[in-house]
Amino acid sequence: MPQTFYLKKGFNIPLVGSALLEQHEISQPDSFAVKPSDFKGLVRPKLLVSVGENVKAGDPLFFDKGSEEVLFVAPVSGEISDIIRGERRKIVEIRILADKEIVHKAFKKHTKTQINNLTRAETIAALTAGGIWPSFIQRPFGVLANPSDEPSAIYISAFDSNPCAPDMAYLLRGKEGVFQLGIAILRKLAKGNIHVNLDASEIPSVFSGLEQVNINKFSGPHPAGNVGVQIHHIKPIGKNDKVWTIDPLSVARIGTLFMEGIYDASKLIAITGSEIIHPHYVKTYSGACLDKLVADNFKKTNARFISGNVLSGEHVGVRGYLGHFHNQIAVIPEGDEEEFLGWMLPSFEKLSFHKAFGLFSFLIPKKEKVLDTNTNGEQRNFTISGAFEKILPMDILPTYLFKSIISNDYDEMEALGIYEVIEEDVALCEYIDVSKNDIQAIVREGIELIRNS
Amino acid sequence: MKLLQNLFDSIKPHVEKGAKYEKLHTLYEGHRTIFFKPSLTTGPTGVQVKDAADLKRVMFTVIVALIPCLLFGMWNAGHQHFLATGVVNATFISKFLLGAGQVLPILIISYGVGLGVEFTFCVIRNHPIEEGFLVTGILIPLVMPVTIPLWQVAMATIFGVIIAKEVFGGTGMNILNVALTSRVFLYFAYPSQISGDMVWIYLGDQVPVDGFSGATLLSYGSAAAANGTDMMAGLSGHWYGGMFDFWNLFLGAIPGSIGETSVLMCLIGAAILVFTGVGSWKIILSVFGGAWVMGLIYNLAGTNSFMLMPAHYHLVVGGLAFGAVFMATDPVSAAQTEIGKWIYGFMIGVLTVIIRISNPAYPEGIMLAILFMNVFAPLIDYYVVEAHKKRRLKRATI
Repeated sequence: MPQTFYLKKGFNIPLVGSALLEQHEISQPDSFAVKPSDFKGLVRPKLLVSVGENVKAGDPLFFDKGSEEVLFVAPVSGEISDIIRGERRKIVEIRILADKEIVHKAFKKHTKTQINNLTRAETIAALTAGGIWPSFIQRPFGVLANPSDEPSAIYISAFDSNPCAPDMAYLLRGKEGVFQLGIAILRKLAKGNIHVNLDASEIPSVFSGLEQVNINKFSGPHPAGNVGVQIHHIKPIGKNDKVWTIDPLSVARIGTLFMEGIYDASKLIAITGSEIIHPHYVKTYSGACLDKLVADNFKKTNARFISGNVLSGEHVGVRGYLGHFHNQIAVIPEGDEEEFLGWMLPSFEKLSFHKAFGLFSFLIPKKEKVLDTNTNGEQRNFTISGAFEKILPMDILPTYLFKSIISNDYDEMEALGIYEVIEEDVALCEYIDVSKNDIQAIVREGIELIRNS
Repeated sequence: MKLLQNLFDSIKPHVEKGAKYEKLHTLYEGHRTIFFKPSLTTGPTGVQVKDAADLKRVMFTVIVALIPCLLFGMWNAGHQHFLATGVVNATFISKFLLGAGQVLPILIISYGVGLGVEFTFCVIRNHPIEEGFLVTGILIPLVMPVTIPLWQVAMATIFGVIIAKEVFGGTGMNILNVALTSRVFLYFAYPSQISGDMVWIYLGDQVPVDGFSGATLLSYGSAAAANGTDMMAGLSGHWYGGMFDFWNLFLGAIPGSIGETSVLMCLIGAAILVFTGVGSWKIILSVFGGAWVMGLIYNLAGTNSFMLMPAHYHLVVGGLAFGAVFMATDPVSAAQTEIGKWIYGFMIGVLTVIIRISNPAYPEGIMLAILFMNVFAPLIDYYVVEAHKKRRLKRATI
């Protein structure tokens, strides 16, 4: 019997430009890139390719010095066109000029019985060689999972509650079979349960017939769809626990890898945001360049192109590349203009979680708003109290946690719950902060302090 | 708007880094951001959109909530003046104008001097101009008697801003409420202009009516306790009949500090603060609760007529309501945990009544009670957070 969790705290951001459930044909981008920075907790990436080499989809591009068996692979076939390096020669992007027809590296195909007979070691070897492993994320810390650990459970959030989030069931259309197969393979990895967490309001058919999993339902506003929040309610983790999380699309990719013997990096992307003319879905591959995905489908304004959602995504620009974990592009106006008395004038259009003087958006909470990238104020010391506590649906005192990180107090961080959060879980706190602090960056700093202590 | 933007743009080269007046950069930015919400945008990572509310708007909300008290305080200053001088047919307008004439200079001095200190510190320490003083600047006049000498207002403001705030690192870092620190400075440095029976009513050069006394109800109370007379009977014989009736106390047409007399206006302010989420209803409610409970306890143990004053009178006299709504809820100096807020508020209420009744030197207790609990707020929070940590630990080890 699935357990239902009712979350009261949180805030839905009604952003203009949710994608209609239609898929539009586009001409595929020429350029794709893999960005090591998408994966947290890497020690030092080591290249396995050089510029000018040809690769197939599934060929390894680099590995990390921290766990050498985990391979990061090419999403498409083609020629390595560029390796962009940043400060201290850190690898920023490995770019591939894609072939017109994608050629896949052939991995071993498995029958159902072969899969059933796989040992844990064989499964892990196939996953790490097949390029799926980087999608496994370890909690605490939200870092790349270590294949030599045995997690006590694996959690899959099967819905996304972020602003203009893609419909997970739509992304997985037609992949029911490989998804279930992926689940069966996950079962070989964890000591305990595989948890699939669903939106309580509707159970999409792709998840309705799942076997061998523990189903949990979540009801409530964002961040109910964040896997960290879900874990907190199902079974909170402490210092010595290790659990893994994985996104539904990667579970389906596991199934495809074992059944068809290919690394299938294709995915549907929701093209969203107020500056998009026709918000819809397009099919491409992981790491695609944004330019062809939006093509002429955006208003020719001063816009910001974000890979991912507006709360935890990344500003990459129209020539930037889609992040590994992102199923969404958001295009919103830049807010780099001054506004006369903008801090004081009343408005129904400006969205606020608070009801401070003149901010009337709470009267029409469902009305979709156009939000720009203006910070709406300058950075200040933490001043008001009680707001973060109203929005974070976790038994955590967020203000005290953030302050303990700022003052580098390791014991306090531990006791106050640094093991239970990653950036995306506190993104709403950052959104509502009237003192405009970079809370996600603060939390990542705290996580790195604890990891390296 | 373009004109104003151009004006600022023309000043900008002179205050940029390396320019002649680079030290004034924070002043320039501070003034520009009052007229224009800045053009800052979110970074490449982290949230890409931010809430419309900022600290300026939050502080402005508090100012809006204080306006009823300020306007009523102006009227009441005139009203008390005409009552005391025996002018029975003064009009609403003439009362308001006379009061405004007394109150506005205090307000101007408070803002002028306070912002001067603030700007000086911003320039010296190169930190941005913070919004905290916008509220402090209006709170200080509202807790002063209308007859306060202007130079004392200036002194108090300088003391409060420097000692209570800037030495701790500015808004958000202070331990004590800034406006109350200003008041307590005057209270101990120049007691004769901020306490006693003669400071609450502006007489000007006119002679008061026969039998006039400018005493507040609380000083009647402590006098009755000292002399062993019946306080409530004494009140009914007041020179101006009905002055200390419960409902008149509630409405606030009584002597007292400029903004504190009207419970009704404080409650309107409270409604604004609570509705907008800027002030904590838990603190406001628990201050009233604490005062009432302590009043009842004194009623039970009563050995003199002041102790026997009905407990609900404590809620409408003195500065309790004003302190509960506008001072105790200062989010920086109050307790910050939700349970802590209940304890903090309740203790303020309790201490206020104890100081009122048991300490004959200080007829009003809310100021000292809030400052005292400001000091204890971090301790309360400490224990609440410790309990939270214990609970978390227990949960994690199940």
